[in-house]
Amino acid sequence: MLGLDKKDSTLMLVVIGLVIFAPFLLNPFPEGSAMAQFNAGYPDLMQRFVIFGILAIGFNILFGLTGYLSFGHAAFLGVGSYAAIWSLKLFTLNVIPAILFAIIVGGFFAWVIGKISLKRSGIYFSILTLAFAQMSFAMAYSVLTPLTGGETGLQIKNTDNPLIGGPTDGSIGRANLFGAEMGNSFELNLGNWVFTFNLGYYIAALAMIAAFYLSIRIFRSPFGIMLRAVKSNQNRMNYTGLTPKVYTLYAFVISGMYAGLAGGLMVAMDTQVGPERMFWTASGEIVIMTILGGAGTLIGPVLGAGSIKYMENILSKINKDVLHQWFAFLPDGLEDAMVVFADIFVGKQWHFTLGIVFMLVVIFLPGGLVEGAQRLSARFGRKKKTDTTDTAASTPAE
Amino acid sequence: MDQIIVQILNGLDKGSAYALIALGLTLIFGTLGVVNFAHGALFMMGAFCAVVTSKILSSSHKVVDETRTDFLGNPLEVDVFYVQDWFGQAAGAAIMDWAVPLAILVSIPFMILLGFVMERGLIKHFYKRPHADQILVTFGLAIVLGEVIKYYFGANPIQTPAPDALNGRVDFGVWLGYGPNVVVYPMWRLVYFFFSGAIIASVFAFLQFTTFGMVVRAGMADRETVGLLGIDIDKRFTFMFGLAAAVAGIAGVMYAPIVSPAYTMGMDWLVLSFVVVVVGGMGSLPGAVLAGFVLGIIESFASMPAVVNLLPGINQIVIYVVAIAILLIRPRGLMGRKGVMED
Repeated sequence: MLGLDKKDSTLMLVVIGLVIFAPFLLNPFPEGSAMAQFNAGYPDLMQRFVIFGILAIGFNILFGLTGYLSFGHAAFLGVGSYAAIWSLKLFTLNVIPAILFAIIVGGFFAWVIGKISLKRSGIYFSILTLAFAQMSFAMAYSVLTPLTGGETGLQIKNTDNPLIGGPTDGSIGRANLFGAEMGNSFELNLGNWVFTFNLGYYIAALAMIAAFYLSIRIFRSPFGIMLRAVKSNQNRMNYTGLTPKVYTLYAFVISGMYAGLAGGLMVAMDTQVGPERMFWTASGEIVIMTILGGAGTLIGPVLGAGSIKYMENILSKINKDVLHQWFAFLPDGLEDAMVVFADIFVGKQWHFTLGIVFMLVVIFLPGGLVEGAQRLSARFGRKKKTDTTDTAASTPAE
Repeated sequence: MDQIIVQILNGLDKGSAYALIALGLTLIFGTLGVVNFAHGALFMMGAFCAVVTSKILSSSHKVVDETRTDFLGNPLEVDVFYVQDWFGQAAGAAIMDWAVPLAILVSIPFMILLGFVMERGLIKHFYKRPHADQILVTFGLAIVLGEVIKYYFGANPIQTPAPDALNGRVDFGVWLGYGPNVVVYPMWRLVYFFFSGAIIASVFAFLQFTTFGMVVRAGMADRETVGLLGIDIDKRFTFMFGLAAAVAGIAGVMYAPIVSPAYTMGMDWLVLSFVVVVVGGMGSLPGAVLAGFVLGIIESFASMPAVVNLLPGINQIVIYVVAIAILLIRPRGLMGRKGVMED
């Protein structure tokens, strides 16, 4: 199907299915039940799942294949966002040009930074990208205030007058797709369940499916094999007459375009942007997502992005009252002890849980969640005959 | 000229902190070959040693003072500090006042212990893994340490004042022959500068003039050969990790009065001190110290009003600009050696 072999087609279909039916799958618990807080099927969160999924897929093309650890990827997300919001403010409220601008600007910015950063490798490359990202953040925060809105960032205002089709009655314009607003939702009531189908989500989902398809094609292409070669042995590449830097630069630009796309989609969904989107902790988050899911695998980054955004939203909502409800069945003293213990991991401390989980994954599962799943299926599942074809999906051997 | 002296002085205290952290980072990298992203967190732990010490020293209990009454006519309850009970009024007050310098005594054993636990418990298992893995696991550790601090101390910065005697200002210009009040400088920052100078000097002296230091330097140059000579180099490297942690910790303790400790400071300083290490050249101890002071001073020059008016925002980005320029012109950093982290 579409140039994919059978195994990849299956994976692709599974991802498409998951993404399309996400409003059902993420809402397994009925409204008003005690478990309803574990539901993740609301538009805001689902949009974040797919957008950060795109971001992580893009990062994975760079880090997973070439092994270059960029600690400044949030910069491309940020410039993509700024490009998109300016397109909405000045050009048209339609999101498609905004997203295209975001991709182009993200890619161009990545080309400029990549051209310089890729003169070095290893830790020097990480620090250079980090330095560029921090520089972009500081500049967006201070010097470039006319362009970026400084600390407060940019929003669509009622004074904005886009070239094509702005609101005429002086109201604040909303991002739309040929007239259909991003916030449009259709709610489906089935018994106690409420499923929300949101236009913005499906646009982002479509982008993610396209991004995922492209990443499969890149992984399987001769170009992808070159990128793997960059990771395993640059000297040998040089001796063969190939230039590793050129390939790495392409990978860097592609992953910058992915980040630009993600930034553009973010703006399309909530029409605002601030410089904190470029702060280095945001770059760190992208790294964590990709590693957690499994760098160098196809599905890993998406899984990682999903699980981190899920943890962020669900864990941070749990507070002491909720914990008391959970442990109510225990004797009083034990209940309080359990609540105090569990409170360390939830609410405002969810980063603590994230740090612990991340460390455990790096220590015990260098291949991320995907490797964990593979190990589990190897232990409990049927013996697979096609072990050799499986290696393409996991991290290539050094 | 006086303006220049003011800016150099302003750069010195920040530069000293950069130099101390970068020195520890380089020690760890040079000995164990590990890129330690948790080093900023160690700096933060040191700063919180100061917070804890001053809290413990100023812990008190309530005593009913029969001779005085509060505004309702009840006997007044007075806070009595334990240290004053034990050591008498004047000595107790002095001990509380000097909590931050005293915290150094607490922090050294604590940080060395923490360093041992980190090295033996976690980092030991990462020698054979790629540098990226080392970066990632220590990055995770830094998040965890930061969150632990946030859980116990809250998210707000905690003021930790310097001793009163060192809290004033020095009229530095008078010493150099300028008029009074031309070059005025906070006393504690001067103390910090001399203190960190002493620490840096003693670390270098330790490496240069003791047998232990000699073996460590030999191990940095050629680990295998030193091991073949029958020396347990791993044990010494573990100690060096503890020492590096202690250096970062002391740097943090003494910095607590300058910037109030908060759980974010670990990450903030980590990014900058990595830039410092890379500018100095990975694995070069003098390079780390030099780059620390140079970048600190450049940063303070860029913060001068005249410069900021000319190039707005330059004070925010100057360190990164310098770092990028140096890495492109001198790829190994100021004093980097050939063959370190070149893969």
